[in-house]
Amino acid sequence: MAKLTFSIGGIHPADCKLSRGCKIETLPLPPKVYVSMFQHLGAQAKPIVEVGDSVKAGQIIAEPGGFISAYVHSPVSGTVKSIGLRKDLAGFNVMHVEIDVEGDEWAEGIDLSPELVTAIPEDRDFILDRIKMCGVVGLGGATFPTHVKLNPPPGKKADCLILNGAECEPYLTSDFRILLERTDEIVVGAAIMKKVLGDCPCVIGIEENKPEAIAAVRASLARLGYPGIRVEVLRKRYPQGGEKQLIDAVMHRQVKSGGLPIDVGAVVQNVATSLAVYEAVQKNKPLVTNVLTVTGDCLPVDRMHNYLFRIGMPLSWIAEQAGGVPEGAVKIISGGPMMGKAVANFDAATVKGSSSILYLGEGTRRRQETPCIRCGRCADACPMGLEPFLLKKLYQYGDPAGLEQNAAQDCIECGCCQYSCPAGVPLLDNIRMAKAQVMGIIRARNAKK
Amino acid sequence: MSNTIIWTIVILTVLGLVLSLVLYWVARKFKVEEDPRIDEIEKTLPGANCGGCGFAGCRAFADAAVKAGNLDSNYCPVGGSDTMKKVAAILGCEIKEAAPLVAVVRCNGSCANRPRTNDYDGARSCKVKSSLYSGDTGCLYGCLGCGDCVAACQFGALSMNPDTGLPVVDEGKCTACGKCVAACPKRVIELRAKGPRGMREYVSCINKEKGPAARKACAAACIGCGLCEKTCQHGAITVTDNVAYIDFGKCKLCRECEAVCPTGAIHGVGFPKELDKEAVKKRIADRKAKAAEAARAAAEKKEDDNG
Repeated sequence: MAKLTFSIGGIHPADCKLSRGCKIETLPLPPKVYVSMFQHLGAQAKPIVEVGDSVKAGQIIAEPGGFISAYVHSPVSGTVKSIGLRKDLAGFNVMHVEIDVEGDEWAEGIDLSPELVTAIPEDRDFILDRIKMCGVVGLGGATFPTHVKLNPPPGKKADCLILNGAECEPYLTSDFRILLERTDEIVVGAAIMKKVLGDCPCVIGIEENKPEAIAAVRASLARLGYPGIRVEVLRKRYPQGGEKQLIDAVMHRQVKSGGLPIDVGAVVQNVATSLAVYEAVQKNKPLVTNVLTVTGDCLPVDRMHNYLFRIGMPLSWIAEQAGGVPEGAVKIISGGPMMGKAVANFDAATVKGSSSILYLGEGTRRRQETPCIRCGRCADACPMGLEPFLLKKLYQYGDPAGLEQNAAQDCIECGCCQYSCPAGVPLLDNIRMAKAQVMGIIRARNAKK
Repeated sequence: MSNTIIWTIVILTVLGLVLSLVLYWVARKFKVEEDPRIDEIEKTLPGANCGGCGFAGCRAFADAAVKAGNLDSNYCPVGGSDTMKKVAAILGCEIKEAAPLVAVVRCNGSCANRPRTNDYDGARSCKVKSSLYSGDTGCLYGCLGCGDCVAACQFGALSMNPDTGLPVVDEGKCTACGKCVAACPKRVIELRAKGPRGMREYVSCINKEKGPAARKACAAACIGCGLCEKTCQHGAITVTDNVAYIDFGKCKLCRECEAVCPTGAIHGVGFPKELDKEAVKKRIADRKAKAAEAARAAAEKKEDDNG
């Protein structure tokens, strides 16, 4: 069967899935956790506990702060020590709830047994409510609240649910491991989301470099027998797991500039989100755990891990459990090497969307910037069909109208342009600023209307 | 042969005459009446076209000034009072005297004062850097050191000091156009009054975090202790959001705040003599003792009167 892929642009970075053989290990509990109120896209959550309260694991500790926001639950049992500002990954002050860990007692009504529950609830609203109350957000990177995404606005209908198992970022293996080890749960999660979306077909897209995962999901589908779910093999190419790229690859439809996937009848969810949906709906277990990869090019393979962590564990504490920061590491990145964030504060707490601790060595420093040689590789690499060299110039010359005409707002910040630039020009850095500028103008214009 | 030449000359001459008449008529018909004062004012202005006044260039400024008929809301920071007086003479209106301003960098987070907590490896631009993260030190508010202000200055008045990693203002060249203020994403640079003979006091910190956090990030941070506010006799200092601010309109340059500041966040520049902290502190202590004495005497007198 033909391998699917998106139509324009893209790059082929080295795979580096070094930790693919490491089984998922459960981390012990740290003495303290710091739960950020910014675990998701949208409004900050509002804490509803007070200092001195004792909480159980899975208990709600913060309410959504707006329509696009999510519940936050305590990942551990213990006492609330403080509620206040703490520095996040990027060094900015964010509201955190600090909890002293005491024992490991879970809130009532949460099913922690490993048995697979395959019977899907009939009531759509019940499912959506469970997903909302369990604080499930998209775990593919953007952490968009899942209950909002699974509830398309009236008049719009999903034609296809795409489950994203591409994991196109180099190094990361957390999605791969859950596809192998929690296959059945992911498939049931897919069936649940499929049902919510009105029984549309569902495609699980997995990149060709994960044959074991493809086989496992196919076997699970055959065993569980849900109709209308199939696996599609995707070509290994970055950014295959980008939402718009995946829709192009699987459905051959293009999302228009400024449009949403639902406009073309697509809903894309990550496989990790599917697992979280399964746990939320079938087990009433809130999203307080996720899988994270500890890896890097300067880390010996025997020190690599795939950890099941609880949110709020400090990155530095997790690193200690894995044997500390390796020698020769010059960069620590949370997330993949292409789109992840450099860690400015290693004591920052993990959040729902944390996917890795990545140590990169000397060879990954930025090259010295030299003048653009007009080779056009950035334009070839851009999966959105933009012209990065032009956008950078327009931004530097301060031309917001030109930026909007050239669709700077469509940039998905995948980094293909900067990766492919032989002159080491910081294209994405500038385009990201340009995008923010144009988005601001568009928002101001819409607000006026 | 000669006929052709003659005809050519005749036709071209006639054509030229007719077209010149048309041009003359068009020029008369569509003539734009422009106030001659606009040209005059434009000649008086420095011609830097820097945009410091808020207009697109010197011509736009002149146009706006003539249209308004006064200079209440128009001021050329580059030309300063002298130029504005000349402009006022052309327009025949009064102007308010404005104190000359200068750009002041309100951050003293040099490499020694403010330890680096991480290494920045991105594009050399403060704007980009501030959009990505909080910066390579523990301070969320201070200078990022990529030199966006230096790039923005059209007068060559700013340069980076390689030892401190902070920008330095050349007062002689600074025209207070405000380009650097707008270019700084952290709003570290402020336009302040130059002060008599260049003497001025300012707080060289804008860190709004609470004292301990600010001090941890930088040894020269304002910790918002309020000592300066209590000491100031002129009500020039206010502490808001854990950071002191000196109102240059009220400051009398007594330098007492500078002497009492525990972190050295208050800077005095342009003074002929170095600050003798002990002498100033003694002066403050004497004044306080005297005030206490007076209060006690008054209380005793009151008691005597009552008794």
